[in-house]
Amino acid sequence: MKFIDEYRDAEPAQQYARAIDQITTRPWSLMEICGGQTHAIVKFGIDELLPQTLTLVHGPGCPVCVTPVELIDKAIEIAARPNVIFCSFGDMLRVPGTQTDLLSVKAQGGDVRMVYSPLDAVKLAQENSTKQVVFFAVGFETTAPANAMAVYQAHQRGLHNFSLLVSHVLVPPAMEALLSSSENRVQGFLAAGHVCTVMGYTEYYPLAAKYQVPIVVTGFEPLDILQGVYMCVKQLEEGRAEVENQYTRSVRREGNPHAQQLIREVFQIVPRKWRGLGEIPHSGLGLSEPYAEFDAEQRFGLAEQHVEESSECISGLVLQGIKKPHDCPAFGIRCTPERPLGAPMVSSEGACAAYYRYRRIQLPEVASLTESGFTQQHPERSAAAPSTTTSTSSVSAQDAPPRAVEGRFM
Amino acid sequence: MLTTPDELTLTCPIPINDYPAVLLAHGGGGKLMHQLIEKMIAPAFANPLLDARHDSAVLSFNGTRLAFTTDSFVVRPLFFPGGDIGQLAVNGTVNDLAMSGARPLYLSAGLIIEEGLPMETLWRVVQSMQQAAQAVGVQFVTGDTKVVDKGKGDGLFINTSGIGLLEHDWVIAPRSVQRGDAVLLSGDLGRHGIAIMAVREGLAFESEIQSDCAPLWELVQHLLNAGIRIHCLRDLTRGGLASALVEIAEAAGISLALDEERLPIREEVQGACEMLGLDPLYVANEGRFVAFIEAADVERALSSLHSHPLGVEAVQIGRVIDGQPGLVTLKSRIGAKRIVDMLSGEQLPRIC
Repeated sequence: MKFIDEYRDAEPAQQYARAIDQITTRPWSLMEICGGQTHAIVKFGIDELLPQTLTLVHGPGCPVCVTPVELIDKAIEIAARPNVIFCSFGDMLRVPGTQTDLLSVKAQGGDVRMVYSPLDAVKLAQENSTKQVVFFAVGFETTAPANAMAVYQAHQRGLHNFSLLVSHVLVPPAMEALLSSSENRVQGFLAAGHVCTVMGYTEYYPLAAKYQVPIVVTGFEPLDILQGVYMCVKQLEEGRAEVENQYTRSVRREGNPHAQQLIREVFQIVPRKWRGLGEIPHSGLGLSEPYAEFDAEQRFGLAEQHVEESSECISGLVLQGIKKPHDCPAFGIRCTPERPLGAPMVSSEGACAAYYRYRRIQLPEVASLTESGFTQQHPERSAAAPSTTTSTSSVSAQDAPPRAVEGRFM
Repeated sequence: MLTTPDELTLTCPIPINDYPAVLLAHGGGGKLMHQLIEKMIAPAFANPLLDARHDSAVLSFNGTRLAFTTDSFVVRPLFFPGGDIGQLAVNGTVNDLAMSGARPLYLSAGLIIEEGLPMETLWRVVQSMQQAAQAVGVQFVTGDTKVVDKGKGDGLFINTSGIGLLEHDWVIAPRSVQRGDAVLLSGDLGRHGIAIMAVREGLAFESEIQSDCAPLWELVQHLLNAGIRIHCLRDLTRGGLASALVEIAEAAGISLALDEERLPIREEVQGACEMLGLDPLYVANEGRFVAFIEAADVERALSSLHSHPLGVEAVQIGRVIDGQPGLVTLKSRIGAKRIVDMLSGEQLPRIC
């Protein structure tokens, strides 16, 4: 597929892997922020191509995973009420609250609907004036503009039966919380490409300078991630701590100013509790004063509640990159996608779900299908400098970072 | 009061605490559906024919072997690009028969109609069923209609059962799969599921995605006529390629290795999947099958499939290897390896 296949090509991937291998002289730990990147790493086996001294730790960038269980309970409470149409993106529906989940509320007669855009929920509010339509607004900076637009449109149209249950979170404060922790082991970041498409990357400069960490804005395809890793390792090896942009086909330095303006209009920065991480100051978005009437928590008069999470679930440590999913004794045994103890086992972007789905057991040698059948082979780790040029990418391991794969994606 | 052991055994085998009510995911073609079938339904009716766990049961009468199967069809909308519920209802059952290597002969039809369904809609569906049956050479020989109150059905539900005749001596079923077998796929993946989703969710693409809904008997017949040593066949429906292969690997107690690069997926299907965060390996088909065959027969099998319009994209996607029984692995495009597992229920589109 055009603009996708180019970024999943085996040959340049192997070349990047060799190039990374050649420049790596010490052990490094890099964190990919976004759950989409984690998923791609595990699905395509990108980490298997990297030198063993290089560790990829998985970050907190899974919106489903970090939404606090209290808020899921609130969503369930609202969704179970009569005369409510509760709208959500698909992967929030299976996340367990303390007692049940939204899909079960639906099975018991609640009007729970999966939508593809918050604007669909606004449309539902228009068409169902006798019902309250609530949209579950979760996510990072990526989904904030569309959610802001939904509120803005509802306001313009004078819809009094539309509201948002908001659990928006922001990436840079979470990175700062991780970096300032005494347990931090992250030495470089692959920043989330789609977040930066909206926000740009100037807000990462102070972080890179203060904590002396390289931050590379990175895309989501295998070659994006390998290139991001290369750029990050190169900085570490050269003793630099800069903000660089791998995802140039989508991200501009200043981001998308129109989207940012809309976010500022409708939302304000608030403290936010993250599931597994606790409350982080200035780390979330809530509705701003002029739009407060669209806040579902206020509209439905929901009381604050404090909920104890499963003591067995180590999702907090997984989300901070301190532990890997399979370090958890419950992993794959008492915690599975059918019966999850914590959110990272539910979401398609959750690290535990990715490990469960693609890595539950140690796999034997890589088998490859040839004309005559399957033969055993291992990814080459030859020391020879790659110099092959393909139509879409060129990689040289000598010095120049492989700034490959140009093209318009969005 | 529970007093006798017999009464005790009536306890529901699906833990009520886990699932007090049936979820949509229990019909999604994934693990929950299998749990429902394996823990509740199949044990209740257990017998050697049912326990074969194939698309159709093979019944022997004095040396004659008949295949027997049933399937129910619920789809919204009733008409979609590339097909309709009537075609599905014929082809689905015909395909289940064909997967035992049986020539489809006779069908039954049960129509559950919701009050208020436009008569013209019903007529279009009936005509479509008639045409689809004629195209495959099967006859509807018995049937039933029921009408339910408005709001108690989704327009129209159809059940069809079918009987087919096995004209060979082979056992085409999971238990015949052997180490070293080649796995062939008859065509591209995921088109039915994406076509339905596109209509249902109002997703527009540059070119309309057509369902792959098709009868598969002729393709199977091509393989049989060419003398291909077929060990097992399975058509891809809910749960897509991944679920079908995991089912067979588990039923046959074998391990499978696949090559991602070989999987035929149309660009528009791949694009829709990328956009929605879906994996085409789990998206439904209604006119594709996998064939487990003797490795030495691959070339002949492919050329016989390629000679039929429905099989021009047929390709070998993997083979049966030594390994953990039930395990399906896939070599990714960039050369690493991962597990292919069954999902819990249906895939849910992601947030961002």
